[in-house]
Amino acid sequence: MKIQTEAGERHVLAITVDNEAGVLAKITGLFTARGYNIESLTVADISSDHALSRITIVTNGPPPIIDQIIAQLDRLVPVHKVTDLTDAGAHVEREIALVKVAGTGDKRIEALRLADVFRAKVVDTTITSFIFEITGASEKIDRFVALMRECGLVEVGRTGVVAIARGAEAA
Amino acid sequence: MTEMSGADMVVQALVDLGVDTVFGYPGGAVLPIYDALFKHPTIQHILVRHEQAATHAAEGYARSTGKPGVVLVTSGPGATNAVTGITDALMDSIPMVVLTGQVPTTLIGTDAFQECDTVGITRHCTKHNYLVMDPARLGPIMHEAFYIATHGRPGPVVIDIPKNVQVATGKYIVPDMIEHKSYRPQVEPDSAAIAEAVAMIAASERPVFYTGGGVINAGPDASAALRQLVALTGAPITSTLMGLGAFPCDDDKWLGMLGMHGTYESNMAMNRADLIIAVGARFDDRVTGRLDAFAPEAKKIHIDIDRSSVNKIVPVDLAIVGDAGRALDAIIAGWQTAGHKPRDLGEWWRRIDGWRATRCLDFPEKKEDAAEIMPQRAVKALYDATHAMDPIITTEVGQHQMWAAQHFGFRGPNRWLTSGGLGTMGYGFPAAVGAQIAHPGRLVICIAGEASLQMNIQEMGTVSQYRLPVKIFILNNQWMGMVRQWQELTYESRYSNSYSDSLPDFVKLADAYGWTGLRIDNFGELEDGIQTMINTPGPVIVDCRVAQLANCFPMIPSGAAHTDMILQPSDVTGTMDDEAKALV
Repeated sequence: MKIQTEAGERHVLAITVDNEAGVLAKITGLFTARGYNIESLTVADISSDHALSRITIVTNGPPPIIDQIIAQLDRLVPVHKVTDLTDAGAHVEREIALVKVAGTGDKRIEALRLADVFRAKVVDTTITSFIFEITGASEKIDRFVALMRECGLVEVGRTGVVAIARGAEAA
Repeated sequence: MTEMSGADMVVQALVDLGVDTVFGYPGGAVLPIYDALFKHPTIQHILVRHEQAATHAAEGYARSTGKPGVVLVTSGPGATNAVTGITDALMDSIPMVVLTGQVPTTLIGTDAFQECDTVGITRHCTKHNYLVMDPARLGPIMHEAFYIATHGRPGPVVIDIPKNVQVATGKYIVPDMIEHKSYRPQVEPDSAAIAEAVAMIAASERPVFYTGGGVINAGPDASAALRQLVALTGAPITSTLMGLGAFPCDDDKWLGMLGMHGTYESNMAMNRADLIIAVGARFDDRVTGRLDAFAPEAKKIHIDIDRSSVNKIVPVDLAIVGDAGRALDAIIAGWQTAGHKPRDLGEWWRRIDGWRATRCLDFPEKKEDAAEIMPQRAVKALYDATHAMDPIITTEVGQHQMWAAQHFGFRGPNRWLTSGGLGTMGYGFPAAVGAQIAHPGRLVICIAGEASLQMNIQEMGTVSQYRLPVKIFILNNQWMGMVRQWQELTYESRYSNSYSDSLPDFVKLADAYGWTGLRIDNFGELEDGIQTMINTPGPVIVDCRVAQLANCFPMIPSGAAHTDMILQPSDVTGTMDDEAKALV
């Protein structure tokens, strides 16, 4: 007997939650307990009184599962609001990466040239290394990191996606 | 305002919240709260013999009264022992508040004696949980916890209270809890959806009501509304295990329970219906059978207070999120305003009567004095002898539970207490304790299997201590019957570890605890034995020996469609393919 899995689609969810201990564990635990995917997750306090956090989760699943994920999140007591940005229409997604590259000679020059093409900033340098800061959509960062592998990539740190709906209104 | 200790705040909050009974077991990390209870005049503490039993007793109390059950246990093992009952309450939507002691805040995270990460362990088996780090938060959290446990879809809430927070002093604050800052369950149904539901019901030729525990949770008025709506529409009604009692078993619209061990007529009606009106039921796998064959001809209306239940398993045509009682009231009002009359469902009822004619709950038996007792007969005899007394029935989990669901009739809500979602063996006896505490004058019977009963049999001591007249009626077939039945159906009768070996002598056990013990061995002794049980004051254990190898039918095997019911033992093939074996 084979165990079957279903093909899914990528959705970006923005979740406003109480900024309290255990809330993140409750949300990530819900994903593991019910077998949902997390492709990336970011979380930070967003309110002036530190009462609320915004969690951005990129997930993947067939449409009925995405609906379930939203309904399951929505009924958690510390969750104030869940927005499916992918469904809500146009939105902006950004991610930051810090990319450390080491090398000398042509590789070093090529790394710097490519960084310029990608509008990555140099935030630290030694005679033999750079740290680039790059901001953009995840695919852009993927492509930059792939190129850096050819130029002496040492280490990458990524934030995961944050996203917000386009236009004047809150989603 | 004068300051008081955290422990006194806990007790004061219980008083303010109208709590009269707490089920619990003391230990080091809750001693301050126990000391505050010691001198308290109105809160009755029921000392159980194991923390799991405290949670099931609280469930029994809650389910038989509609009020939240309250549990008090210590840290570490006290909390972990409570986890099964907490999960049970989550699965069956039972309002419950569990107070757990915790090591002092200064020791949290140090692997202190009797420390465990209670909020971590219970995070996903509670509706919500709290770790209280400041006594000033105790008042608001206690009130909020009761609000959350009882509003929307009910469920268990854990409050973990470190010992130094119980001892420290602070101001007891009662919040004005009109609404919660973020938790606002939708209670009022959408009026456009109600109007659409009325039109769909009025246009339907083959409607079926499929109702669940949500109707019971919505209160007795919801059950009354359900009866009225069924009468107005003339439609047949079936129910899940959890919903039994919301509709009276002696009404001619009643088809019996549906699902894996449901009646032939209810499952066939679901399969052939053109409209299913699901009310407070969640399309559990035990109900639907094979999903791609579930109710293929039916449009589906789903009324549920939990939006995540809608479209979770079965996509529906119309979702109504809200309280079952209010939704039913709104549909009744809409029906009457529109001046709808019941459609002529004569053709539909003729088909249903055809399925009823299979008499799927009949069973072969010998009615001779010396004959062995069929377990179904034992349940029917119990029903015949007691139903006029309007008893509260609890069960354990297994064959006896299904036979009780099939053969014991219910006429009102809050009289049938059983572990449906989690299927917890060991639930029924402590649940009977909780129900008896809440209803001292009522007849409370736990229909048990000899295997399940042993999972919380230590509670005989609790019953003796509080002089509770609980009756335990054991259908003793000396097997974990449902396990054996599945082994017979799926594993060519290789009975791996399902024999109830080394059983105690239940009559002597009763004697040891100061109970009355009875044994019923054959058909001729059944009625007199049951009468003796009823007429004996105080707790009674009845060891009713039943046919050992009887199986529970009808049955939809795992992964089969509603139309593929096994009606008789002769239909059993004794093996299944791997796809079927992999299903629960």
